[in-house]
Amino acid sequence: MSLYKVSIDNIEVEVEPGTTIMNAARKIGGNVVPPAMCYYSKLEGSGGKCRTCLVKVAQTSAVDTRPMPKLVASCRTMVQDGMVVQNITSPEVLDARKAITEFLLINHPLDCPVCDQAGECDLQDLSYEHGLEETRTTEDRRTFEPIDIGEYIKLNMNRCILCYRCVMVADQITDKRVHGILNRGDHSEISTYIKQAVDNDFSGNMIDVCPVGALTDKTFRFKSRVWFTNPFDAHRDCPHCSGKTVLWMKGKEVLRVTGRKDKYGELEEFICNDCRFHHKEVTEWVVEGPRKIERHSVISQNHYENLSDDKKLKP
Amino acid sequence: MATKILLENIEAPGLATFDCYRKLGGYASVEKALKSLSPDSITQEVLKSGLRGRGGAGFPTGMKWNFIDKKSDKPHYFICNFDESEPGTFKDRHIGQLNPHQLIEGMILGSYALGARSAYIYIRGELFYVLNIIEKAIDEAYQKGFLGENIMGSGYSLDLYCQPGGGAYICGEETALIESLEGKRGNPRIKPPFPALVGLYNCPTVVNNVETIANLPWIINHGADAYAALGTLKSKGTKLISACGHINKPGIYEIELGLPVEEFIYSDEYCGGIRNGNQLKAVVAGGSSVPILPAELILKTAKGEPRLLSYESLEEGGFQTGTMLGSGGFIVMDHTACIVKNLLTFARFYHHESCGQCSPCREGTGWMEKILRRIEAGKGSMKEIDLLADIAKHIDGTTICPLGDAAAWPVSSAIRHFRSEFEEHIIQQKCPFTK
Repeated sequence: MSLYKVSIDNIEVEVEPGTTIMNAARKIGGNVVPPAMCYYSKLEGSGGKCRTCLVKVAQTSAVDTRPMPKLVASCRTMVQDGMVVQNITSPEVLDARKAITEFLLINHPLDCPVCDQAGECDLQDLSYEHGLEETRTTEDRRTFEPIDIGEYIKLNMNRCILCYRCVMVADQITDKRVHGILNRGDHSEISTYIKQAVDNDFSGNMIDVCPVGALTDKTFRFKSRVWFTNPFDAHRDCPHCSGKTVLWMKGKEVLRVTGRKDKYGELEEFICNDCRFHHKEVTEWVVEGPRKIERHSVISQNHYENLSDDKKLKP
Repeated sequence: MATKILLENIEAPGLATFDCYRKLGGYASVEKALKSLSPDSITQEVLKSGLRGRGGAGFPTGMKWNFIDKKSDKPHYFICNFDESEPGTFKDRHIGQLNPHQLIEGMILGSYALGARSAYIYIRGELFYVLNIIEKAIDEAYQKGFLGENIMGSGYSLDLYCQPGGGAYICGEETALIESLEGKRGNPRIKPPFPALVGLYNCPTVVNNVETIANLPWIINHGADAYAALGTLKSKGTKLISACGHINKPGIYEIELGLPVEEFIYSDEYCGGIRNGNQLKAVVAGGSSVPILPAELILKTAKGEPRLLSYESLEEGGFQTGTMLGSGGFIVMDHTACIVKNLLTFARFYHHESCGQCSPCREGTGWMEKILRRIEAGKGSMKEIDLLADIAKHIDGTTICPLGDAAAWPVSSAIRHFRSEFEEHIIQQKCPFTK
């Protein structure tokens, strides 16, 4: 099958038919990749909801040279041959993205100083890049009591941006969903239907897919700021999963075990709860070496990586 | 007397019963279609008639039917959208309550044209009493052989079901309706793919509004040309307008498209003028979602031509000086009405009805309501008027479904045309219309 030629921010790329604009942009890489708060390539049906990845289609295809009437979600819009897309070259897109970032923050508690996700939070990164310097809301924010989702996961609904990723993990790993969305509009909440435990060997992956600090690891909560821990690639023989993980160490102590995330913050593979929660001794692992953190994250502002000049975020 | 398609016999006693409806010529179009017309020729007829969707968007019905994936070997479905919940709109209820057989007749025609063997009427949950009327009518149609196996010996079979919704405005959005009908949470789907390719149970599906479907029997009986002879160049046929607000005669009127707005408001045949001889202040012409227009712009376009009740005339001037025909919910306000208070009512509605799936609508609708509540209570600031306009601007066009646009347009238009009234609330630190 012949490839489709697409131009994103004046950079040409050839992709297979059926590719989304987002994945075409990821093929190019770098600054033209739209941010994604809800899309997750490993989760079927994800995307389209957060609207941070909106882009402008200046030309629909080589045949239909009209622009698309509205900004489109790049994660759910398929490319066509000859499509011309504008992301960071379109002031309209950047303006919309700024607005979406603000919408995501108006009910967010901004409690980064006490949030375990701080330092590796997609929303933190997004606001760092696209947020306003001041807040324009004076209203009260919606609040919920934190609840336990099973033995290992804490849900702090105040921080949730309703990306539905965890719901899709639940859909994907269990036959019987016990973890959906209740209510509607800005009253919506992730729920386990009366705090019913998510009883599945892979439920811990919900923590990793959560873009914010809504779902956190109860075995790691308040133990350390993530930037005080050092990540190491490690593996063990596991009967349930690949056993390939990242150990987050402080000295010789393993404070946390997570899956391995790529540069878009997506897990390379789901890992099992046994690896994640029950093997916190370094002797139980084969340590491969320090893990390189490649993300444009607040965490990377420290000593993990020397950002080359063109990648440096604005001061 | 203007031609009536939908309300011709509406006052006939017992119209909701099969016998009365049949005696008045009902189901003739089904006989004609099943005996002498091919499904494609019905679609062609509807296309030629120029009938446009009466739910609000005004998309040409025949064109929508033509998008259906004819090559697909999956079953096709035809769905009637009876989730009428737009504030100010109450026309579909009128048809369902008084003339259910005309809707059923239209459903048979549409299903036959689209090759559907199962069809659904998705009715708003609050209209349960109407559901009872429709179900009774469906039962009668089954008994008389107009539904079920081998209708009138034609070999065509159709099952028709009536399904109540759970009380959500969003389920009037066609993909949310389909999700709800499938038994899921009523969240709109991300489009494309459109329902004509991937609809109910992932099969090709067409969703049409009640009024649209109720027009079909007349078009088949009288022909597309007769229908297209009614109305204006781009707005064919008649339209039900549900008029409410500060008028002498609120109610449901069937007008031939192209009727001057001035005549509609002031003539005794329709609204009968403004109550107590008051002055007209503003009109929301097509249900709460469309931009509000001040008196001078609803009666005349910016060019000074008389404004007509038609798709193209109401859209004249774009959103700067125009509006939309929408669903035909015609809300009239006289000089005693407070625009801000009215807008707050709308904003509260959209906040309550947002499904919460996408960020701009979920967060923005609530934010707008809170700001409007403050301004109406006299506790707003001048800066907040601009903030409100800015929020509306950024919801508009960035959401998954049109609910976001529908929430944003009333706000932007009210500020565009009535900014001084917002300012008055802030200067006086109270609503100038409350004593």
